[in-house]
Amino acid sequence: MLTIDQATYDAIIAHAKRDHPDEACGIVAGPEGSDRPERLVEMVNAAGSPTFYEFDSTELLALYKQMWANDEEPVVVYHSHTATEAYPSRTDIGLASEPGAHYVLVSTREHGNNEGPVEFRSYRIVDGEVTEEEVTVVPELAPVESS
Amino acid sequence: MAIEVKIPTILRTYTADAKVVTGEGASLSALIDDLEASYPGLKDRLIDDGDLRRFVNVYVNDEDVRFIGGLEAELSDGDEVVVLPAVAGGC
Repeated sequence: MLTIDQATYDAIIAHAKRDHPDEACGIVAGPEGSDRPERLVEMVNAAGSPTFYEFDSTELLALYKQMWANDEEPVVVYHSHTATEAYPSRTDIGLASEPGAHYVLVSTREHGNNEGPVEFRSYRIVDGEVTEEEVTVVPELAPVESS
Repeated sequence: MAIEVKIPTILRTYTADAKVVTGEGASLSALIDDLEASYPGLKDRLIDDGDLRRFVNVYVNDEDVRFIGGLEAELSDGDEVVVLPAVAGGC
């Protein structure tokens, strides 16, 4: 199950709507092993395409170096589909390379850049196997329990 | 001649979960052959048909190797190599 806070959820949808008809993409980083999506990072779709997305390779390295420095990992990897449903395509599955991440798919096919509900779905993609999971949107992530 | 190579999560099955491994080589190609000897199977995940795989990024001292000669990129002692799979997809 993906538990995500309302503000991050809304920001991912806003990004997808803004970039429509091109695919939008990004990640939400969180502390390693925490499963907490805390820090949204919108990425530029270097492919600038309605049917493909790819992080720019230099920005990708900068992003990972920042996460390593913070002891973070990509908790959520998201992108949008602009003409098809919010389900991982064969290409998405073949290229999925973060077995620990929640892969979020947003579809803007119904309302494009305009107001209106969008499909927001989450999956695990491990070894080519796709498993959809429940998405729970909470007002705020629960405080971290101190030990 | 030791070169540190950072291994992404998805390829750590080949390195017994090691995040960083060490290898040798005067070029990226030689380094990958050297790593293959210690971590069999790794090379095939990096190279396809004699070239770097399209959706694997390799950086030498923060430079994408595609801009500095690809597999022929020269390496020297103390260089830092990072392997990162592309984050990409499409409908």
